[in-house]
Amino acid sequence: MDINKVKSQFPILTKKINGKSLVYLDSSNSAQKPISVLNSLDSFYKNEFSNIGRSIHSLAVNATNKFEETRESVKKFINANSKDEIIFTKNATESINLVATTFGQQNIKKGDEILISELEHHSNYVPWHYLRETKGAIIKFAPINEDGDIIIDELKKLITPKTKIIAVTHLSNVTGTIVPVKEIVEIAKKKNIPVLIDGCQSAPHIKIDVKDLDCDFYAISCHKVYGPTGVGILYAKKKWLESLPPYIGGGGMISEVKKDRITYAPLPEKYEAGTMPTAEVVAFNESIKFMNSIGIENIVKHEQQLTNYALEKLKKINSVKIIGNPKNKAGVISFIIEGVHPHDISTIVDEEGVAIRAGHHCCQILHDRLNLSATARASIGVYNTKEDIDILCKAVENCRKVFELK
Amino acid sequence: MDLKQLYQDIILEHGKSPRNFGKCDKYTHQAKGYNPLCGDKVQIYLKLNNKEKVEDLTFEGSGCAISMASTSIMTELVKGKSLEIAKKIILDFLNMIKNTKEIKTKELNDDQKTIIMSLSGVKQYPMRVKCATLAWHTLTSAIEKNKEEVNTEKVE
Repeated sequence: MDINKVKSQFPILTKKINGKSLVYLDSSNSAQKPISVLNSLDSFYKNEFSNIGRSIHSLAVNATNKFEETRESVKKFINANSKDEIIFTKNATESINLVATTFGQQNIKKGDEILISELEHHSNYVPWHYLRETKGAIIKFAPINEDGDIIIDELKKLITPKTKIIAVTHLSNVTGTIVPVKEIVEIAKKKNIPVLIDGCQSAPHIKIDVKDLDCDFYAISCHKVYGPTGVGILYAKKKWLESLPPYIGGGGMISEVKKDRITYAPLPEKYEAGTMPTAEVVAFNESIKFMNSIGIENIVKHEQQLTNYALEKLKKINSVKIIGNPKNKAGVISFIIEGVHPHDISTIVDEEGVAIRAGHHCCQILHDRLNLSATARASIGVYNTKEDIDILCKAVENCRKVFELK
Repeated sequence: MDLKQLYQDIILEHGKSPRNFGKCDKYTHQAKGYNPLCGDKVQIYLKLNNKEKVEDLTFEGSGCAISMASTSIMTELVKGKSLEIAKKIILDFLNMIKNTKEIKTKELNDDQKTIIMSLSGVKQYPMRVKCATLAWHTLTSAIEKNKEEVNTEKVE
């Protein structure tokens, strides 16, 4: 792939921050948007906007068609069986809440167990915690080793006849661990336990094939996949979407409404109540086209090279310690500098125009496990270059200078 | 913006070797503070004698250079003062950080004013203001014997 051609599609990357060229290394938090996505938002609102669904007029028909085109693209992007298995939500957090709430309502009772891992983002823990509070469910955490890999043998041991669902991340937003989710699904299938995969971090960076994974649920946040904010995706096997109760009630998700009874719309509308982020869903189609135009294999290759380059370079800087050393690692690099707090690191590198994140990255369980209160995190997107990594490393060196470390 | 305005030598030095660190004997007041955005935690131990004088003031916790230095400086400046003056210093500090005001109090000498003013660079870094104010809010909480943990997302 031609990195300059890719980078030139992102207008924000030409901006100056504190007088320096922006080096954006916070894509795990949210990715920047290519011009095609921005143009789509602008053009849709200017020329094509209408609510979708019920209306008969031409604008509405066109908007509905475009909205559904994105659904078709998402279906292909993750290799789902049917468009009906693609539900648009607000973000991956809402997608997981949808599953936890509806699955919990139907299938969880006191003493039932939910198995997650120590790697999980709060969005794949808190929704299950609600079931602990409201239903008396038990949450178990599959442990990780020092490298940041889930210990699969331990995960197996935690499965009991009371395990009702397993929910794990596909890619850790702290250690960059690529979790062997297919293996976990295979283990779960033997015991007939459904599996939810939090695909927030994986969707922009590795190939996703829900048919191959055979998972029951898969959650994605579109803003991390070079798309607009306000859109998420829940993939779920049709059998679940048909049998689980509806989630948010309101317009659009009903079939017939009477004073004494209500019937619900067929899939996927059953789970899409109220006015949807129409323009944003339509624009997300451009994000998928952008990803496809480069090709996921090329994206993986580019980001892998950059990750290795960054790891090698950062490791050479005195007192820098990389957090986690998983078997398979994507472009999420958390690190600490002995003697400089991550928040100070973030402030200092920001002066050089380098955007990284500092804190617990919504993973307090993981940070507790690693005995860290906070880490600094540089995360790579498809638009990052070797030069970005060089500037990052120079800025990290500057932290040592400001703090007068030897 | 100049990083040296934020990370002045006094701050780096206090950050590296915080004063009055640990739990003091026979403290009469204590409070906990937490900044959920960054995970900074502080616990303040205050020993007031029967004449309402700050006989000892120590802290435990972890955080960035700004929060550690701010806490360390606070304990140094407030220790030995009467409760009334301690409250004035706290108010003065918070005003300085929030409203660009000078340090007015007559209870601090010029050297002490220089030390406290070294934290004023934080004003130019809005995301870091809470790092600097956490300990001071927590000390207020200890004085007022509040049971609830100070949470930087809940204080002004």
